[in-house]
Amino acid sequence: MTSITSDTAAPAFAYRGLVTRRIFILALLACLLILSVAVDVSLGPARYSVADVLRTLVSPTDADVQMRVVVWDIRMPMAMLAVTVGASLSLAGAQMQTILANPLASPFTLGLSAAASFGAALAMVLGVALFPAAISLMVPINAFLMAMAAALLIFGLSTLRGVTVETIILLGIALVFSFNAALALLQYFASEQALSAVVFWTMGSLTKATWGKVAVTAVVLALCVPLFARRAWALTAIRLGEARAAAMGVPVRRLRLEALFLVSLLAAVPVSFVGTIGFIGIVGPHVARLLLGEDQRFFLPGAMLAGALILSATSVLSKALLPGAVLPIGIITALVGVPFFAALILTKGRKAW
Amino acid sequence: MVTLQLENLGARYGRHEVLSKATTPPIRGGSLTALVGANAAGKSTLFRRIAGQMRGAGTVRLSGAAADDLRYMPQDTGMNAALTVYESIILALKQGGGGWRLSASELTAVNDALARLGITALAERQLPELSGGQRQVVSIAQTLVTRPRVILMDEPTSALDLYRQYEVLEALQSYAAESGAVMILALHDLNQVMRCSATTIALGEGSILATGPTLEVLTPAMIRRLYGINSRVERCSRGCAMMIVDGPAESKRVAV
Repeated sequence: MTSITSDTAAPAFAYRGLVTRRIFILALLACLLILSVAVDVSLGPARYSVADVLRTLVSPTDADVQMRVVVWDIRMPMAMLAVTVGASLSLAGAQMQTILANPLASPFTLGLSAAASFGAALAMVLGVALFPAAISLMVPINAFLMAMAAALLIFGLSTLRGVTVETIILLGIALVFSFNAALALLQYFASEQALSAVVFWTMGSLTKATWGKVAVTAVVLALCVPLFARRAWALTAIRLGEARAAAMGVPVRRLRLEALFLVSLLAAVPVSFVGTIGFIGIVGPHVARLLLGEDQRFFLPGAMLAGALILSATSVLSKALLPGAVLPIGIITALVGVPFFAALILTKGRKAW
Repeated sequence: MVTLQLENLGARYGRHEVLSKATTPPIRGGSLTALVGANAAGKSTLFRRIAGQMRGAGTVRLSGAAADDLRYMPQDTGMNAALTVYESIILALKQGGGGWRLSASELTAVNDALARLGITALAERQLPELSGGQRQVVSIAQTLVTRPRVILMDEPTSALDLYRQYEVLEALQSYAAESGAVMILALHDLNQVMRCSATTIALGEGSILATGPTLEVLTPAMIRRLYGINSRVERCSRGCAMMIVDGPAESKRVAV
């Protein structure tokens, strides 16, 4: 016997089913992330058994000192930084794509990563501190200030009248080229030692992770996420087109500026800690969009989980590929990410972008 | 009963004045009002000015409805987001406020909007998969779901086949009749205008030339003035008014 429902009520049932399915997908992503972090923590140049690592995680006081240091002070910060950085970059990319109505928008393609690299290189090659009060943190602070400057330049220009979304994208691409040229110039004049430092930094790496960096990235996320969440319906509406969103009562211009500002912060902070990890900001949002659609109530957490999962899994790979060595994660994200991404896009033949 | 009245409305893009002194008598709700005029006459501009998306001279007087009871449906149909039809209509409903949760009454409102326009079967389809005509009907559903009291629609039937045009205009007429809403539709097909709208606003030469009962406004003289076309308005064998085009008028219309 079939249940008795009128035809007009049927779509609401189907919609409830869709919502349930999406919540399930989010839960699945979260479980995979936890799993990936666990594997990430148990892998490393020092060979410990998974059971030993788990025991150290659960009760650190019972473990021997060396193990406690390796697990809690080296591996855990790296694993957690992969999570916060992956989530931040992916969320930043997701919202850039949303507000700029362009599938290619990301912290990387809009020049923020290039600006950060240039800032870092200024410190490593010339010893220039843009914020002289903290010499020891010269590299990340330089990188952050440069990335923020690039973001604010884009932000400032987009407040001008008559500047369209396309202009912003073109400007971002121009920034990528300018900063890359400036970086190449620095590299040309750099000493051998400084050059290798710059090259290593631009490859992107999680190996310099500390609990402090994890905390800073987590705080930035915790500040930005509620602000995006409050604008979830309006941000989703923007994807229907500017005119239509405006017709629904969305203050498109103001929303775009607010989001662009949050996105700048969200992208600049992690980039200044880990260097260039280019791919997450594009792949994370696209994975989330394919799995969950663009209703921001699901897309927002989905993009964060997808980004965190991808970077965490990449971190695992970067340790597992060459036993005893940790490859720079920026290399792995692109090498492994591109084929995966191409497969995903080509098999799921949806026409949203 | 809702009424809308325009008093000396003006609008300009930079130095270019598109509209000046656009004035109408009170336009009553409950039936459809057509807005006619040549390309670039300023129909969309007038809508945007009424909807408050543009500033300019003059006043829009509303009675029986608040300013946020007004919905303007723009012409573009560029909806390529990864959303289902159902989600896109929820979205329109949720812009007024409210949290992440959906109430039963909100879901009912979405169901009703789908049923009213005959697109219940499209509910689970992704927007990018829809045809241009289907998107247009979806965007009408997005407009109606908030049950607005004043509706401005920019060419709501431009992408629809003959049957769909008829069906959508019927749906809009019945919405107007039951809600008493003022509904102004920018339309190009004058025969459609004569069939469905009680009132017509003629826009040309940078202002509103006439507002009144459709057949009193759409005279051959006014059609020549608006479009530069010679025509006759005649009655068919069943008594319906219809326009027959004879050809371009000798004196070309003045560029606006």
